Amino acid sequence: MSTPSSTSILPAPGSRFPNIAFKWAAGLAAAMIIVLIILVGWELYAGSRLSLSKFGAGFLWSSEWDPVAEKYGALPFIFGTLVSSLLALLIAVPLGVATALFLTELAPMRMRQPITMAIEMLAAVPSVIFGLWGIFVLIPWLRDHLFVWLKHTLGFLPLFQGPIYGVSMLAAGVIIAIMILPIVTSISREILRSVPNLQREAAYALGATRWEVLRIAVLSYARRGLFGAAILGLGRALGETMAVTMVIGNRPQISASLFAPGYTLASVIANEFTEATTDLYLSSLFELGLVLLAVTILVNIAAQIMLKGITGSVSSKVA
Amino acid sequence: MSTLPETARIPAGAAPVRVAAAPATASTADVPVEAEEVAFDIRNFSMWYGQRQALQEITIKISARKVTAIIGPSGCGKSTFLRSLNRMHDLTPGTRLEGTLRHFGNDLYGPGIDATAVRRRVGMVFQKSNPFPTMSIADNVLVGLRLNGMRDRSVLQERLEQSLRMAALWDEVKDLLNRPGTSLSGGQQQRLCIARSLAVQPDTLLMDEPCSALDPIATAKIEDLIQTLREKYTVVIVTHNMQQAARCSDRTAFFYMGRLIEFDNTRKIFTNPSNPQTEAYVSGRFG
Repeated sequence: MSTPSSTSILPAPGSRFPNIAFKWAAGLAAAMIIVLIILVGWELYAGSRLSLSKFGAGFLWSSEWDPVAEKYGALPFIFGTLVSSLLALLIAVPLGVATALFLTELAPMRMRQPITMAIEMLAAVPSVIFGLWGIFVLIPWLRDHLFVWLKHTLGFLPLFQGPIYGVSMLAAGVIIAIMILPIVTSISREILRSVPNLQREAAYALGATRWEVLRIAVLSYARRGLFGAAILGLGRALGETMAVTMVIGNRPQISASLFAPGYTLASVIANEFTEATTDLYLSSLFELGLVLLAVTILVNIAAQIMLKGITGSVSSKVA
Repeated sequence: MSTLPETARIPAGAAPVRVAAAPATASTADVPVEAEEVAFDIRNFSMWYGQRQALQEITIKISARKVTAIIGPSGCGKSTFLRSLNRMHDLTPGTRLEGTLRHFGNDLYGPGIDATAVRRRVGMVFQKSNPFPTMSIADNVLVGLRLNGMRDRSVLQERLEQSLRMAALWDEVKDLLNRPGTSLSGGQQQRLCIARSLAVQPDTLLMDEPCSALDPIATAKIEDLIQTLREKYTVVIVTHNMQQAARCSDRTAFFYMGRLIEFDNTRKIFTNPSNPQTEAYVSGRFG
């Protein structure tokens, strides 16, 4: 304090440059992400120009996919993508949240780490391995046991009618569910761990049992975050390609039955890209890519809006 | 300071309510000194977190429908003691205890005693207000009742008003019952938490530094509230604030290093304590 010159509040000469350089470098990196999305969208648009001009908006609701007759429509693929992903969410979210609850609230301390590691290893299994396992293990089991049982007990629903082939929309849903389970579980686990202990104690102090504490203090506090975990899972599910292609049956049709084969946007691009001999065929595949990108973005936007609708009124002050 | 066990002894019969802090005098604690109804009858109660002993041979009788303050420096075991009164430690792995803790005659740690039933009779208010953020003010108050299976709307409505009135919050929130509990100010949230505890009709309320996060005006409101609660409830309050203990309690217990050093009428503790350590603490010479 006695030597003001040495503790000057002015920056030392030259010290501003690294600051500015870092700011610009970080800004550039952030901008790259936006530029990349725009470039990808643009490339897909450019590639699909031919198909866009030929079919127009009708491409989206046409359910015909006939390369021989040069007729292309996206509807069966949009349907297949959405249905298989929703099935996967229906299976994976309850399972993932339950696993996360077990890991954070119920499991003995020394069991937590091994189970967490096992789940993370599940995430490391390559997609094609899941596909092979699906073909040789899962599908025969589904075909001979679960599907037969479903048809027998719930056969009055259109969902569970029709012939059983094995490869099917439901098999794809199960495979995708297994594949998104790790991300849903690990994000749910982080969310549940972030619930303040004070919330649990508040419920315990009212004489709540363990299950009641989970319900009134933990799950309700965490519901916004858990919804976010489901959305991240959905993001993965929509784009999942390899394993789905191996088990879904790859038939462009719209059927009410979950036992029927289907096709997804990602699968058809991966499958038919090499055999797209005509310009229009290739262009239509490009347009499917554009549709997939749009579906993914729209689903995420819709989820954001729903998220606000669910939680905006009550927990807006919780931060 | 290191000769604590020796100085911790209080001469027998010196105080209207006296409790031995050391095992040597524990047997004389069997004789009731006063005709007051006893809420908590605690004898030779010790507790460990893993290897570390947090409470040492606590013997104390806490009277019903009185306000008992627990004071002492940080880490003296006062919160640990408070949380053992409604078995909150059941949730912490690695805790171990010895001795007996009776609440209106029931051995709280006895075989076949359900901790959730204990906590319904012995409510708790925490240092930081913790309303459930996804619930409205009304739902926050009624959540405990609903857990117990109460569905009768007229009863719920009645209990809602009664609890909020008891917590001196009704006039401020009666038109906002459907607003989220977290929309209230800090002091109001703390009173909401008190109302939530009262709604399940406990007979005892434990308060763990309930005002430490509040401004003086909100603190004064909570202290007034404690005065009215005394008519119906046994209140045990842990506080860092000695003025608060002096203002709103009937009895004060001084804890130091896991031991009960002195327990007596609040006036005596603050004006003429028997133990030099208590005197040093309440006069601000340490702690």
